[in-house]
Amino acid sequence: MLRELGAPERNQPLSKKIWELNWGLVLLICVTASVGFLMLYSAADGNINPWASRQMIRFGAGLVIMLVVALTDIRIWLRLAYPLYFIALLMLGAVEVMGVIGMGARRWVEIGPIQLQPSEVMKITLVMALARYFHGLDLEDVRRIRWLIPPLILVAMPAMLVLRQPDLGTTLLLIAGAGVVFFGAGVAWWKFAAVIGTAIPAGFFAYQFLHEYQKKRILIFLNPESDPLGAGYHIMQSKIALGSGGIFGKGFVQGTQSHLNYLPEMRTDFIFSMLAEEFGMVGGLILFALYIMLLAYGYAIALRSRNQFGRLLALGLSGVFFLYVFINIAMVMGLVPVVGVPLPLISYGGTSMLTLLVSFGLIMSSYVHRDVEINPRKY
Amino acid sequence: MSSARDKEKSRLFTRRALILAGGQAALMSVLAGRLYYLQVLQSDEYATMANENRMNIRLLAPLRGQVLDRFGKEIASNRQNYRVVLIREQTKSVEQTLDRLSDLVPVSDADRERVLKEARRKRGFVPIPVMENLTWEEFSRINVHSPELPGIQLDVGETRHYPYGPLFAHTVGYVGSVSERDLKTLEPDPLLELPGFKIGKNGIEKYYDLSLRGKAGTSRVEANAYGRVIRELSRQEGNPGNDLELTIDAELQQYAAQRMGEESAAAVIMDVHTGDILSMVSVPSFDPNSFTTGISVKDWRALQSNPKHPLNNKAVAGQYPPGSTFKMVVALAALEAGVITPDYTTYCAGHTMLGRHKFHCWKRGGHGKLNLRQSIEQSCDVYFYDIARKVGMDKIAEMANRFGLGQKLGLDLYGEKAGLIPTTDWKQAVRGERWQVGDTYNAGIGQGYVLSTPLQLAVMTARLANGGKAVTPRLVKQELQNLVKGDAEQAEPPKDIGVSKAALKAVLDGMFDVMNGEKGTGRGSRIDVEGWEVAGKSGTAQVRRISKKERLTGVLKSEEKPWEYRDHALFVAFAPYDNPRYAVSVIVEHGGSASKVAAPIASDLLKEALRLDPVRRKHKKDEISDKQQREDERDA
Repeated sequence: MLRELGAPERNQPLSKKIWELNWGLVLLICVTASVGFLMLYSAADGNINPWASRQMIRFGAGLVIMLVVALTDIRIWLRLAYPLYFIALLMLGAVEVMGVIGMGARRWVEIGPIQLQPSEVMKITLVMALARYFHGLDLEDVRRIRWLIPPLILVAMPAMLVLRQPDLGTTLLLIAGAGVVFFGAGVAWWKFAAVIGTAIPAGFFAYQFLHEYQKKRILIFLNPESDPLGAGYHIMQSKIALGSGGIFGKGFVQGTQSHLNYLPEMRTDFIFSMLAEEFGMVGGLILFALYIMLLAYGYAIALRSRNQFGRLLALGLSGVFFLYVFINIAMVMGLVPVVGVPLPLISYGGTSMLTLLVSFGLIMSSYVHRDVEINPRKY
Repeated sequence: MSSARDKEKSRLFTRRALILAGGQAALMSVLAGRLYYLQVLQSDEYATMANENRMNIRLLAPLRGQVLDRFGKEIASNRQNYRVVLIREQTKSVEQTLDRLSDLVPVSDADRERVLKEARRKRGFVPIPVMENLTWEEFSRINVHSPELPGIQLDVGETRHYPYGPLFAHTVGYVGSVSERDLKTLEPDPLLELPGFKIGKNGIEKYYDLSLRGKAGTSRVEANAYGRVIRELSRQEGNPGNDLELTIDAELQQYAAQRMGEESAAAVIMDVHTGDILSMVSVPSFDPNSFTTGISVKDWRALQSNPKHPLNNKAVAGQYPPGSTFKMVVALAALEAGVITPDYTTYCAGHTMLGRHKFHCWKRGGHGKLNLRQSIEQSCDVYFYDIARKVGMDKIAEMANRFGLGQKLGLDLYGEKAGLIPTTDWKQAVRGERWQVGDTYNAGIGQGYVLSTPLQLAVMTARLANGGKAVTPRLVKQELQNLVKGDAEQAEPPKDIGVSKAALKAVLDGMFDVMNGEKGTGRGSRIDVEGWEVAGKSGTAQVRRISKKERLTGVLKSEEKPWEYRDHALFVAFAPYDNPRYAVSVIVEHGGSASKVAAPIASDLLKEALRLDPVRRKHKKDEISDKQQREDERDA
């Protein structure tokens, strides 16, 4: 009977779907990405080449893909959730086998001319797979531990592979993103408490097996001033860039820390420091507002969706998006250790831009198909 | 599938989503708080740090003051140093550029290798020196071809240059890099830490270093994290160093050095009225230019092991027994003490006995009967043994001190030696032995413990010649000296040393006869020109005691002995006799005969000084000397 209720929705005309798209969200995404173009223009000392122009092309292509993803029926995504997850897992395995050395660790895989970072892809597909799993689970089952074992395996497999690359930051992001889905699905509070309670001592234990550079990063995070010319240099210079920006900033293309190269990685991980140096606290808070609006959209969509898959998908992807924003900005402010996490929609980089736009596409898809009722048993 | 169950699922989801949203909002406010903390509360601190990052203070080295002779000729100057530097990032291939460069100027393999090595090590924008001290011709040739030489840049630096080469090495000294020790001992000056900065290491260059050095300018520049200068923010020019005019007459100095030739010798020529040192020569010398650019270990060893000690400034740091040039002092001590008159005579039999010791005169057969004038003329040793014994060592020493012996004269140089004028107390204190009459005998003829420097002997002669005025030597023109030392008061005219005119005249008569008398020891070197008559005194400093055996077998003539055993030949003189202006002292180490070696040099130096005299008089800055002289003439 429910199937019949859902049936008429299945074949919405395309024009109606397009009308249903969250054009406000699309606009917000464009505005936020434009902030990124501005910063990349500044990073090239007031030149659209080489970074801003390339980023614009990627964004344009990504935007089209986003819309296609958004218009694709959510049931197709539901069906594809597990296959896509396993493809991403295979790619992660491939990195392990034949990955190219990049950034001191194996993170890239080359498919023809395209370089892909499977760990980025995994951030989406893991959320999809988990949403798919919990979609098919009754609330009673969610409360049984035995039903939690399969999704935990879904998380553990990619987490192990990414940790081996080694990329501690992404591993934690994957786990945290999965946690959001678990939480939204209704897993009991005490289970989270138990996991965190065991994770902390386990973390201390795991610390022994970390790479030297990872240990060093954690230690220097705890006291960056101890090594101002060595590894603490990045955090120090980033804080100087931020602090010296003041309330209104030094002006567009006027940041001394960025333009005299004191600020490291200013196009990628430390782009927020550059923004806050040139536009000050005002600029920083405006970007915060943009992010909060983007997240609000995500939550609103999650709450409007009438099927569990759509809800969990929108919530999980918004959660991952938030984690990116928070960890990147907290990192450049010296609140968390330096982990290579880009600033969403702003940092220079193709894979990250593409995966973000695909996630927004999926979020929008769950809005467009918010009223589609999916029989959990059927899929 | 009940809708109630679904509703519960939905309600739970909504609750949890709102909890998550709340948590995320809280975390965002943490970020906003941190942003406020960094950008508002701590903003000033970080702004300072950002400025410290980007701003660099660069020192601008001031131009070093020149050292000039009394007529303004450059003795130490700054020469433009044409250099070629290579900037790696401006060329595709360093090797290719170097190949093309070596078609134009010879690039040594060592230079080439060094440049390639540095090019690999240094950042692309850092200029790498390729060649220095190019000639103007080479410089312009590269300039013309510069379009074909990517990465090659020409620049002009300043290096210290001594146009006279070795001529003033001892007096003016040289400059060199700042050593670790200099940093500890010198007054702090940021310039000292500037790479490539040179300071005075010796002579005038060292003594007047602060004045010559000037004050550093500063340039505030903006630099990026790799040290590349982006732009200059502000600039404050420094002050160039002061030029220093010496009393030296470069032409006379040149003549003197040339006249002494290959000898190991020293000479000082000074104005008897002003103390101006017109020439101060110590030969052999060395080329200070090689010190400025960095001397090779081999050349340095050669200089150090040379038996003629080219590195020593013999004129102020060489201490020699004055020999018979000391006899004027002994005679004046005796005359002033009243133990003799100029008519006092002694019989010289070639030796005199003191107890069982025999003291020889230089003339084996003896001089016979002599008065003071004759004994100075013929330099009779027996006469001076006699009067030295009569007056006693302490009176001799006191007179010697009045003539500037046995003390540093405060010349503007480091390394001036005091010499030694012994007293009875001195021997007791230092040697722990009683002063013997035999010691007085030896001192009476300027041997034994007595030591003096050529500078002191020149001063002594000047004080004899100027009628007993305590003139002091100086290398830098008085008014400049006052300026530099911050000594505002005018220099007082030299004090009288308190020797009677009569006594002085008796001694000067003897010195006149040395040059002009029938038996004078310097007769061979007299100047026959009317009004240029010279008065002088020879002296021989024994390097080695003559043994009894040698006396019996016959003393070898100086020329027959090995060089290092030969006596030092000394001569002091002044001219013109009637109207003294210049005093000179000459020492030729191991020169042998004073009359044959030292006297002709002294005489020639005076002749040249007199020949050049009208030029000096015409030069208006020499008025002081003229005024002084007119006053002296009026007094007489």
